[in-house]
Amino acid sequence: MNFLAVIGRVAISFLRAAGRIGLFAVSAIAHMLTPPYYPRELFRQMINIGYYSLPVVGLTTLFTGAALAVNIYEGSSRFNAESTLPTIVVIGIVRELGPTLCGLIVAGRVSASMAAELGTMRVTEQIDALVTLSTDPFKYLIAPRILATLIMMPLMLVVVADTIGVLGGYLLATSKLGFNSGNYMKSTIDFLETIDVMASLTKATVFGFFIALMGCYHGFNTRGGAQGVGISTTNAVVSACIMILLSNYVVTELFYSS
Amino acid sequence: MTNIVPKISLKGLRKTFGSKVVLDSIDLEVMPSESMVIIGGSGSGKSVTLKCILGLLTADGGSIKIDGQEMIGISNSDRKEILSKFGMLFQGGALFDSLPVWENVAFGLLAQRLYNRADAKEIAIEKLRRVGLSPDVGTLSPAELSGGMQKRVGLARAIAANPEIIFFDEPTTGLDPIMSDVINELIVECVKDVGATAVTITHDMSSVRKIADNVAMIYHGNIIWTGPKNKIDQSGSDYIDQFINGKAEGPIKMEILKG
Repeated sequence: MNFLAVIGRVAISFLRAAGRIGLFAVSAIAHMLTPPYYPRELFRQMINIGYYSLPVVGLTTLFTGAALAVNIYEGSSRFNAESTLPTIVVIGIVRELGPTLCGLIVAGRVSASMAAELGTMRVTEQIDALVTLSTDPFKYLIAPRILATLIMMPLMLVVVADTIGVLGGYLLATSKLGFNSGNYMKSTIDFLETIDVMASLTKATVFGFFIALMGCYHGFNTRGGAQGVGISTTNAVVSACIMILLSNYVVTELFYSS
Repeated sequence: MTNIVPKISLKGLRKTFGSKVVLDSIDLEVMPSESMVIIGGSGSGKSVTLKCILGLLTADGGSIKIDGQEMIGISNSDRKEILSKFGMLFQGGALFDSLPVWENVAFGLLAQRLYNRADAKEIAIEKLRRVGLSPDVGTLSPAELSGGMQKRVGLARAIAANPEIIFFDEPTTGLDPIMSDVINELIVECVKDVGATAVTITHDMSSVRKIADNVAMIYHGNIIWTGPKNKIDQSGSDYIDQFINGKAEGPIKMEILKG
């Protein structure tokens, strides 16, 4: 009986948390669409989220692309199918690894930073101060962060992640595995379809939404002092990563299940 | 006979957190241009009272009126309009780390789209000068300031938009006695300059004697005494006597001793 009660309590608390996050998301979107807007704050967030994430995203996908090329070459050579390498690298990177790795890395960097910053603002009464200065914290703090992530994830970060990931495979294949540069590029371009790029950008947008939502939600609702900020930061990163992996599957199904 | 509407009127204000009753039934009136100081021990509900008035916490019952207008159940747009009458100095300063000092001071002016950035900066520098800080402080980050300077910047921000009502939350906490006196003096001068109604919460009796016109004491979620500052020593209340003289013995039992 007690065991059932525990399951019930966990289920109710999960549903309650999901409901709160849902309401937070609806409120954030509503505030994003209605004035006043804070373009300076939006620009600041775009720089912070997009520009400053570029090095880590680029490095990660460069090496992943190269490692993928080695693995595919080794695997495909078992049945004399080495020529499929460019195709598999580009599809693997654009459809799956580029957006997912980029999402997970940006979740670690941006969700954590949003949760820590907003959490500290909460516990030091800076969010209360905003209210007393006739400023809606949702419009000033939450809306620019979510909008900036929605813009920068697909338009900058995932495009860069996909490009550099494919480049990593190309550099390794042409310098170490004896592939001809022109043939490699031709295979890459010939086999990349519009739907692959669309799927990649859709994933980037969805991941960006969850990264910002989780960072903002957990940071905004921080309770307590330094420990509360730490808990919020951890929760933001963990929940963002889970949502990225979950939504990755859903978007993949939507695009490719026939 | 003229009937003056209180600037702030609280009637039966109640706030609970779970089973803990923080505000039981607060009745308090603050008249225009009055400086009211609310005293009480830690955890007695002073900050909660201010946060309920500002709408940062939702009251469970009672009435909060600003200039005769009910605040409980008010729409967000009306609340925002009323909040533009307020300025507040927070206990820890609550300065925005991401902005330079002058933008902190000018934040309310820019948020309300009252001035362009150049004019707002000029006003911010003037307000900084008013609280004894040089204009070059305006370009610093809040993290580069001492505690006393942060309080001054917080004060400059509170008075920047010439508010009708200013709240001071523990203005001298964490400051040395001399800086505390400087801040108290500045509060008195600035409130007088702006012509505002002031509500201060503190447990620092030197602040009370310097800032207050009237004093109210909260105990167990109720106002147990209110009166002019010069009557506080003859209040006839054992609770007040114990509090203002800082005695361990008396009717007020600290929570820590109850267990």
